[in-house]
Amino acid sequence: MARSNKPLVWSLFAAGGTLAAFVLPVLVLLMLMAGYGHPPTGMSYETLRAFAANWLAKLILFGVIGLCLWHAAHRLRTALHGLGLRADKAVAVMGYGIAAVGTLLTLYYLARI
Amino acid sequence: MTTKPYVKPYVREVPRTTWYLARRRDRIHMAQELTSLFIGIYALLLLCALRAVADGPEAYQVFVASLGSPLMRGLLWITLAVTLFHTVSWFQVTPKAMPVQIGEDFLPAAIIVGGHYAVWIVLSLFILFLAGVLHG
Repeated sequence: MARSNKPLVWSLFAAGGTLAAFVLPVLVLLMLMAGYGHPPTGMSYETLRAFAANWLAKLILFGVIGLCLWHAAHRLRTALHGLGLRADKAVAVMGYGIAAVGTLLTLYYLARI
Repeated sequence: MTTKPYVKPYVREVPRTTWYLARRRDRIHMAQELTSLFIGIYALLLLCALRAVADGPEAYQVFVASLGSPLMRGLLWITLAVTLFHTVSWFQVTPKAMPVQIGEDFLPAAIIVGGHYAVWIVLSLFILFLAGVLHG
């Protein structure tokens, strides 16, 4: 059987889409509160720093940021194809490239906390 | 070997960049696909937040202050609408994407979709509670 990376990419896409559906609206809402000068107490530097110091929280943050990046990269690729852009290889390299760099940076920043 | 058909086949010309506008189903599908643009941007924004937390109190202060600019407020409002649309449309296809079979029968679609909504609401309230919003 021919090897394909399709199942891997698709499962990252599906996992990211599911995670995004569950947590992104409320996270955007919290950032909006901060944007209007009413940051919730849980968004203070000390609280977030203490939260992100926990290994389980690190795992969650890594999952949310990393999987959302891969979800977006994959779906944007099919969206751009649908919009008539036929430079699939360039789109794929750029999208997955940004997702890969973003995933590594997430690991790096988490390691520094 | 291919033979030339006696009747010239009818080939429907589809405009490459605007085909999805013709049908409602395709318009909705394209809108769902394009949510990924905002989800990607927001994931990068979360990455910026994480970097600010890693860099220290001053960097985090700058990050939070940047959320108050008109551009960021606008982006966040659009992202809120887009992520809500993503959530609703994602839950809507869950019965087809991951059908649950119990014995001979499949779990009714309404239960799968409803279950997702229930978990979503409880989880969102829990995150709001953790963030201190529900403490008053």
